Amino acid sequence: MIIVKKLVKRFGLKTVLRGVDFEVQPGEFVALLGPNGAGKTTFLRILASLSRPTLGEVNIAGYKLPNQASQVRSRLGVVSHLPLLYGDLTAEENLRFYGRMYGITALDALITEVLEMVGLEARRHDLVRTFSRGMQQRLTIGRAVLHDPDVVLFDEPYTGLDQDASSMLDEVLKTVAAKGRTVVMTSHDLVHAEDLATRFDILSHGVIAASASRKELKRTNLLSFYKQALAA
Amino acid sequence: MVNKATEMKSMTVEHAKPASNFIKVVAAVVWKDLRAELRSRELFSAMLVFSLLIILIFNFALELDIKTRQSVTAGVLWATFAFAGTLGLNRSMAIEKDRGCLDGLLLAPVDRSAIYFGKVISNLAFMLMVEIIVLPIYSVLYTVNLFQPGLLLVILLGSIGYVAVGTLLSAMSVQTRTRDILLPILLFPVVIPVLLAAVKASNGFLAGAELADILLPINLLIAYDIIFIAVAFMVFDNVVEE
Repeated sequence: MIIVKKLVKRFGLKTVLRGVDFEVQPGEFVALLGPNGAGKTTFLRILASLSRPTLGEVNIAGYKLPNQASQVRSRLGVVSHLPLLYGDLTAEENLRFYGRMYGITALDALITEVLEMVGLEARRHDLVRTFSRGMQQRLTIGRAVLHDPDVVLFDEPYTGLDQDASSMLDEVLKTVAAKGRTVVMTSHDLVHAEDLATRFDILSHGVIAASASRKELKRTNLLSFYKQALAA
Repeated sequence: MVNKATEMKSMTVEHAKPASNFIKVVAAVVWKDLRAELRSRELFSAMLVFSLLIILIFNFALELDIKTRQSVTAGVLWATFAFAGTLGLNRSMAIEKDRGCLDGLLLAPVDRSAIYFGKVISNLAFMLMVEIIVLPIYSVLYTVNLFQPGLLLVILLGSIGYVAVGTLLSAMSVQTRTRDILLPILLFPVVIPVLLAAVKASNGFLAGAELADILLPINLLIAYDIIFIAVAFMVFDNVVEE
């Protein structure tokens, strides 16, 4: 579903990604872990077609980036640590707006369905600026899956959430993945990543330093695997 | 909450035909901007108050007789619109940037020029609304009749050119840390031809000049509008791309 070969990204003289090779099979849930400044967000922005690679190949759902960005975008849902929502619109209006942007026609039933999925049906007519951070994040996920994408990218979705909001988000993320979608999530939260992902990749100094499936990790725990990868 | 979700029917998402999508995306962006502004009124009220302050300051500072007032009207009007317009353009794009909404727009599988045209139309609507309120107040304060069809046409053409280039440059400047000061620095040198043509044409109508004498600045305004919109249409995608 996602194939990345020798991806390099430079900002001026600074090289952030130094030849990343990365492959995700359909239906996989990959946690991309790494310390601050490892290049996780940059990598995800390239997959999301928000940033162009300096060198290398990126192929998502059979389409190449950046040349076939529009086809990729229609199959992609993105959740970042920013809400990507308008505070002066209601939850329903936000979803309606994004639905129109994706050219979705039968929107009413779909909006209700998505709001029920993220547990915000009762707040559909409330302005988003009155929502807590956790509620905004759930609505952000609703916005990202509104067009039923094959691939969903999460960039640090747990940032700024308290324990309760994190637990609710866990459930929503499981629901998103349960539909057979391919999911890539960046995080430095090993606990949530361990709970959700089927594969763990460690990005360090601009390259994938280690990769292991949940099965392979049974021999050790994620924290020691993570520490070993960073120390190597 | 989530139990319901796990049982969620497979969402059959129907998509509109791409040909009609361009207009629908433009309409969606305009609808979103107007709806949000109707609630917050922060952009419109800032532009309006700023415009009124400028014309009041000029009124007290210049202390001109009626005849001289007429001769400075075009300059004062366009200075007012230009400064207030910058305020609106900055805020309009900052709203997109602050909560990551610009990324939300760019993630949509649409022709990005549709997003540009949507922003142009909503910015133009805000600017015209401010002008509609400023014009009668200016007329009373300066005892000048501004309600002439020709002059109103010039204001419309000038505003289109100003907003067309301003929306493009605000999309560029909003990506920087110094966006508040960068926009006027980028915008005013580029928009000078529009402002000069607009002032000249406005002066002509206010002085009661022959249409043949005013035709040249009006044609220039139309030409600048077309050029600016065409250039922005071609480069907007590159401007917003990281």
